[in-house]
Amino acid sequence: MTTRTEQATQVYAVFIRATPEQVWDAITKPEFTMRYFYGSELESTFEPGASYKQWAPEREKLWVEGEVVESARPHRLAHTWHSLFDDESASEPASRVTWEIEPQDGGVTKLTVTHDQLEASPKTAASVSGGWSYVLSGLKTLLETGEPLQG
Amino acid sequence: MATDDDLVFRALADPTRRHLLDRLYERDGRTLTELESELEMTRFGVMKHLRLLEEAGLVVTRREGRQKLHYLNPVPIRLIHDRWIDKYRERQVSALADLKSELEDTA
Repeated sequence: MTTRTEQATQVYAVFIRATPEQVWDAITKPEFTMRYFYGSELESTFEPGASYKQWAPEREKLWVEGEVVESARPHRLAHTWHSLFDDESASEPASRVTWEIEPQDGGVTKLTVTHDQLEASPKTAASVSGGWSYVLSGLKTLLETGEPLQG
Repeated sequence: MATDDDLVFRALADPTRRHLLDRLYERDGRTLTELESELEMTRFGVMKHLRLLEEAGLVVTRREGRQKLHYLNPVPIRLIHDRWIDKYRERQVSALADLKSELEDTA
């Protein structure tokens, strides 16, 4: 087993057969996020300065809160990320998530998610590091097949 | 034409490239010079392997000032897991479930 120091900057990228507008909608509209983002419901106007809330299914709990820092539909979105999964994560400072959406040749769009400013948030860094791959895999599957991942 | 999966399988089919991924897994965001210092290989050789990893989407680079940093991107491996591993694992599990119900029915 190799051990791992929790990364203060994490980068995730995926190519999706969809337009940048479709990718933007899938990351900003709750009816989409509920189908691939652990069932979570997003709440935000996505205007700079607006709040960003990610609710657990049935709005049982608030999982993440933050603030929209940058918003340029359909190419770039950045917001702060304060995990509220548990007390330990909640006691850590906010980090930042940046979504970059770039059209490529052949009707493919590249989506890059950078989760950074995690230097003082090791618990959050550890908890999101497996999650982003799952989320982006699910997002790709949903956009390309219209179906969420099984299981 | 090579599909995305072909590029990933090809990139993973080499021990040096798997070693580079393991080094990035331990600590991400490294420069070519840092990665090169851990391998018995020329700078050119390491560059070639990193380029193949980048083409397969397994490594993503970012510029920070004058440095080019290499990050491990685990998403293509996750996609292969979801497409090729989960599927067959499920089948195996359901085959066992079928066997169990068949044995119980005959009992």
